[in-house]
Amino acid sequence: MNVATVTIDQIREGLSSREFSASELARQALQFAQAENPKTNALLTLSPERALASARRVDEQIAAGEPLGALAGVPVAVKDVIVTKDLRTTCGSKLLEHYIPPYDATAIVRLEQAGGVIIGKANCDEFAMGSSNENSAFGPVRNPLALDRVPGGSSGGPAASVAQGTAVVSLGSDTGGSIRQPASFCGIVGVTPTYGRVSRYGLTAFASSLDHIGPFARNVKDAATVLHVMAGRDPHDSTSAAAPVPDYAAMLDGKVAGMKIGLPKQYFQEVASETGDLVHKGVEALQKLGCEIREVSLPNTEHAIACYYIIATAEASSNLARFDGVRYTSRSTDSPTLIDMYRNTRGEGFGAECKRRIMLGTYVLSAGYYDAYYVKAQKVRALIARDFSEAFKQVDAIITPVSPFPAFKLGEKLNDPMQMYLSDIYTITGSLAGIPCMSVPCGNTADGLPVGMQILTKHFDEANMFRLAAAYEHTRQI
Amino acid sequence: MKITEKEVRYVADLGNLRLTAEEIVRFAHDLDEILTHIDKLNEVDTDGVEPMAQVLYETGESETLRADVERATLTNEEALANAPLSGAGCYKVPLVIER
Repeated sequence: MNVATVTIDQIREGLSSREFSASELARQALQFAQAENPKTNALLTLSPERALASARRVDEQIAAGEPLGALAGVPVAVKDVIVTKDLRTTCGSKLLEHYIPPYDATAIVRLEQAGGVIIGKANCDEFAMGSSNENSAFGPVRNPLALDRVPGGSSGGPAASVAQGTAVVSLGSDTGGSIRQPASFCGIVGVTPTYGRVSRYGLTAFASSLDHIGPFARNVKDAATVLHVMAGRDPHDSTSAAAPVPDYAAMLDGKVAGMKIGLPKQYFQEVASETGDLVHKGVEALQKLGCEIREVSLPNTEHAIACYYIIATAEASSNLARFDGVRYTSRSTDSPTLIDMYRNTRGEGFGAECKRRIMLGTYVLSAGYYDAYYVKAQKVRALIARDFSEAFKQVDAIITPVSPFPAFKLGEKLNDPMQMYLSDIYTITGSLAGIPCMSVPCGNTADGLPVGMQILTKHFDEANMFRLAAAYEHTRQI
Repeated sequence: MKITEKEVRYVADLGNLRLTAEEIVRFAHDLDEILTHIDKLNEVDTDGVEPMAQVLYETGESETLRADVERATLTNEEALANAPLSGAGCYKVPLVIER
């Protein structure tokens, strides 16, 4: 058993056959993380006590012959924007360096009920704002496959920990591509489910109408299993959906012949040629399995970045107002009045990217600009969503690149925020529409950098997304 | 210029951010670039389009409402545990109103 390569199925087999215990696996994961994590800085906090307690419960269940949960004994890393009771949750921000949440996010409760073993909290861009994980107050994360390159962002830590092997699966959050892009940069599977599929209770809010929790894993089936555990209605989140949650992992039957796949012409125009070629090869593999490929059009794609950076920053400027030096954050000292204290605390505490987005969001919501920017963006968002619903009248799924290029070097794009924003183009549209989307590895460039292929389906049709991804993944293993 | 340094200072006050002189120059430049890109939205014809505030899907009318019953919440101690300054069961802050 090797924690760096083991899958959920193998863990289940190993536990059932008593080849190893959950406690042994947890100890190995923690030791491996302690030794290897300094290379990438993927994990900010290890939680040995919590992990060993969870593992012990699983071992007790095994000893008592009780049925095991779907994630029994599985070492999990959790992005540090998802709150964990009594376990430090920094959001990658100096403001929350010492924040100890008094409750668990719903996703965490469900994960642990299913036997998941939380081994630590994963680094990320501050308040999930960034595309390279260079905006963390606790230092950047390095890509485990190329240490001079970024792992992607904002869920760079969760992606890197699974790719590096310090966790078997991990939880990230995605607002405009923050799961799919790092998954593609790190050569693993990353899933953004339908908006409302997983409760956001306990996910530190960035842009409430766009925020999702989703899994990272080394294969499609593991990601499907984790999503199944977390998904479903939660009374703590009124936007969580009551729609039934199918057992996704049980539906990976390879039956994709006859499925119609759309390629949006707008998504292949500005992509780096190697990336585009690898995605096209992925599509060809699905065609060989009997999928029907057609061109579709998503005409409002070019407006997605502008639309997103208005809506996301507007919501962020409101959501981040709570970090003000009163209730949970550190506080700037020597401020004579309350308003000075707010301004000094936030001025000193937030990093440059958060400030930039709070500024933009405050500006577009300010008097005289609200209609011109915010309402206009919401209308364009409706058009982008409509593009997808029109396309899904003709096809079952859409396939695109995840990022225009593979992992770039640390520092390469840091001083050009607009270039960084533009790189989110292929992931942002699905986020705005609220549909399920995922990144599945589709090969490496000549330099050995992984490339991800994005699969998008209709609202709540995660089953077909996983089915296609698993069928494709299978073609790469044979 | 889409935005002046004076406007940057005004927006920073609205957003309760103390910015350094350097940051004001930097953000004036960055926001100008972003707002110029955003202007492209004016090319889109959105006449008669309903603004999309939330992702919508088919659901029963009251399905997203929970039963109106009391439930446990954080204790006073838990709620104050992370506060930088508290006392007598309250958050403490600097002067709000002059006597």
